[in-house]
Amino acid sequence: MRGETTTYTDTFPKLLLLNAAQRGERPAVREKDLGIWQTWTWEQVLDEVRAFALGLKELGLVRDDKIAIVGNNRPRLYWSMCAAQSLGAVPVPVYQDSVADEMAYVLAHVGAKIAVVENQEQVDKLLSISERLPDLAYIIYDETRGLRDYDHTRLKSFADVQKIGRALDPRSSAIEWQDSISKGKGADLCVILYTSGTTGRPKGVMLTYDNTIKSSRNANAYDKLDENEEVIAYLPMAWVGDHIFSYAQSYCAGYCVNCPESPETIIEDRREIGTTYAFAPPRIYENLLTLTMVRMEDASAMKRKAFHYFMGVARRWGEKILNKERVPPHARFLYGIGNILVYAPLKNRYGLSRVRVAYTAGEAIGPEIFRFYRALGINLKQLYGQTEASVYVTAQPDGEIFADSVGKPNYEVEVKIDDKGEVLYRSPGVFAGYYKDPDKTAETKTPDGWVRSGDAGFIDPKNGHLKIIDRAKDVGRLKDGTLFAPKYIENKLKFYPNIREAVALGDNRDFVCVMLNIDPVAVGSWAERNNVVYGSYQELAAHPKVYDMLASHVEEVNRSLSEEGPMAGAQIRRFLILHKELDADDGELTRTMKVRRGFIAERYAQLAAGLFDGAKEVNASTEVTFEDGRKGAISGRVKIRDVKVYPSATVQVPMGKAA
Amino acid sequence: MRAPSVAEIAAGDVLLAVEGVSLAFGGVKAVSDVSFDIRKGEIRAIIGPNGAGKTSMLNVINGFYHPQAGRITFKGKTRRAMRPHAAAAGGIARTFQNVALFKSMTTLDNIMAGRSLKMHKSFFWQIFRHGPALSEEIEHRKTAEEIIDFLEIEHIRRIPVGKLPYGLQKRVELGRALAMEPDLLLLDEPMAGMNLEEKEDMSRYILSMNNYYGTTIALIEHDMGVVMDLSDRVVVLDYGRKIADGTPDEVKKNKAVIDAYLGVAH
Repeated sequence: MRGETTTYTDTFPKLLLLNAAQRGERPAVREKDLGIWQTWTWEQVLDEVRAFALGLKELGLVRDDKIAIVGNNRPRLYWSMCAAQSLGAVPVPVYQDSVADEMAYVLAHVGAKIAVVENQEQVDKLLSISERLPDLAYIIYDETRGLRDYDHTRLKSFADVQKIGRALDPRSSAIEWQDSISKGKGADLCVILYTSGTTGRPKGVMLTYDNTIKSSRNANAYDKLDENEEVIAYLPMAWVGDHIFSYAQSYCAGYCVNCPESPETIIEDRREIGTTYAFAPPRIYENLLTLTMVRMEDASAMKRKAFHYFMGVARRWGEKILNKERVPPHARFLYGIGNILVYAPLKNRYGLSRVRVAYTAGEAIGPEIFRFYRALGINLKQLYGQTEASVYVTAQPDGEIFADSVGKPNYEVEVKIDDKGEVLYRSPGVFAGYYKDPDKTAETKTPDGWVRSGDAGFIDPKNGHLKIIDRAKDVGRLKDGTLFAPKYIENKLKFYPNIREAVALGDNRDFVCVMLNIDPVAVGSWAERNNVVYGSYQELAAHPKVYDMLASHVEEVNRSLSEEGPMAGAQIRRFLILHKELDADDGELTRTMKVRRGFIAERYAQLAAGLFDGAKEVNASTEVTFEDGRKGAISGRVKIRDVKVYPSATVQVPMGKAA
Repeated sequence: MRAPSVAEIAAGDVLLAVEGVSLAFGGVKAVSDVSFDIRKGEIRAIIGPNGAGKTSMLNVINGFYHPQAGRITFKGKTRRAMRPHAAAAGGIARTFQNVALFKSMTTLDNIMAGRSLKMHKSFFWQIFRHGPALSEEIEHRKTAEEIIDFLEIEHIRRIPVGKLPYGLQKRVELGRALAMEPDLLLLDEPMAGMNLEEKEDMSRYILSMNNYYGTTIALIEHDMGVVMDLSDRVVVLDYGRKIADGTPDEVKKNKAVIDAYLGVAH
């Protein structure tokens, strides 16, 4: 087998055979179960996948069928993808927390024949929408609890399906399976990933084996990843990041993927594993930092002083030491002491002690948050990627890290900026098209293979790095023509641990206003320390002292905007704190937790009107959806505050064509 | 261990029966002449307004109170009163209206404490945590971990329970009771003070416990919606007397029950 490497590695099932032959004894997957890490080697994974694939075949799964995967990151769900691919079927991972209605749309649109789901919760969800899914023949579940008394005509457990596969004649079935695998080729459809979509219905991005495998190989080469890496799989399986990172790159490099015990235990689990390669949206790093800051406020005075002193040292020198620049010996000495007392214990807490490369992607990260981790000596880098590109477009090379750039194009990726400022890219990872939607495909992908990213950005002439300002369609102008980049402002606000979400409004208006969500953890802890009594989120959000605190944050943001030439005109004049938390179930956030600005402006139209017409207080009533799908309403009076605006500190510089 | 169907319960073995039980504290009659039974595998609810004698009834069942009159038959053996230790050894576990956990011990240790009646190796081995005691402990740890998995409390395994929010403490208490692998589980207001979501979770655990472990459950609860959805049969107490006994539907229509709950014009 080894001599034929080249012909064996253009699909994931072939890569599985190769890994089982070359590194059969090495760990491929771990899962924490009943408090103990269970390990499967590549050889064992091959055996599990084969049994399941043969079972699926007996259930009638054939080439080009679609198979939905729903659940948290579990080894069996990853195996289901490979098993389906070995038969030429196409896996479609679906966001496990989507409500029944969203799931029905995706499953009906793709025409899934079989669904492999994690547990009773997902089975119930699928059964509740089964009449809308005429194509769905079987539901297969991993976790058996609570499902024993269900009608099992269309329901099967994962183990039962494997049993069907194992009951077949081992010789002839294995040969047939090998045949089926060798029929697969690189140009075949490998996976369909539905993008959560900031507007409209989700779109199914079709990726081929060539797309994902070439993109993964390039990424592995770019960061020199090999079979010794340890990663933890905890992001939604339906997100392209997890698909590439926990599945595609693992199969290409042969590294081990660790599945946490439950979504709540990730930090603990990561600490036990000591991941070497990490990938997370900024939200995760923000949460860790917020938690750290909150806990430090509660720590003893001695510890708090040590923490702040050494964080000061780290901010001054840490970044330089990480970039291997020259620093004076006393700085190195102080940093060494700080490492023993503060940085190493913190990194250990985060489970990032052994990390070689950590990426943040999905959204811009607050520069202060970014610098915090770099200062600790964690090689956190930024990456720019899209589902349509099999993730990788640009990434920051080691030693070339800037808080406001997303790096240089990855291997085999070309990037260009069109005259309106939109970023376009072309690479082997570029998708085949949107499933059943040639119109959208034509809108996004040019005939010569360039993809419109929908993001506005420019390439910094100083260092060749790409910088993203905002979504191309979101970059607007105030009535007087001043440039208004909402996300840029929102990200500045969200750097403050007290602010969970921010929504900036200003396109085609006279000035800029923001709606804020406070962070219940950070502000709650502050309230406890300052004897502020509250009964609910709404009450806390409306507290005058909370308003005072946020007003000072907004003013600081204005001051920093005033120093940034073209942004100085878009300072925040007025703000309010929303009376409810923005929630994906209400459609206010996407499933990846990005704010849907337009939708929010419409939903809170009364509040938006109040912001711009100078009202001091507005009555608002908002419909909310509970987790079980029932609806209710939250109403209340929302106060609006004016904020100080700073004069532009620097000379106005024209933005040029970059904007 | 399959849970019996409704028909099987109707015809099934009686696990515990109380007959003509009366309990008084001085002149106060807490329970007077109450009789009912609990069948194997069912979820049996005891409801009634405040002060109706529900908790007293549970205390009689697990031997904490000794009634002045009446008989209790548990697993075919009839006696005048239960003794708490005999009740626990015989397979009756309970949770309390006000959580009663070891606050400074971790979730895991609390659940392991529920296993102590099942540990049989000699004290000699246990103090050294060696040989047979160690392998026994590993066995028990496995059961404890299964319960932790069942109740989805992995993330608080190592946290002292005193630091946990109330809803989670309730869950840990349920875990400790479950660790005894009881034949009869008594739940005293398992959902008191919980929000809607926590109540739904708790209901799911109670149903799966009944379904998965086949545990017979007797519960006291105030939330009528929960009681009617969960239980197979309901007994209603008012001022220490039994005023109704039957399926949730029968009880809902019973005149005496409606009067007791909604009040009656005098």
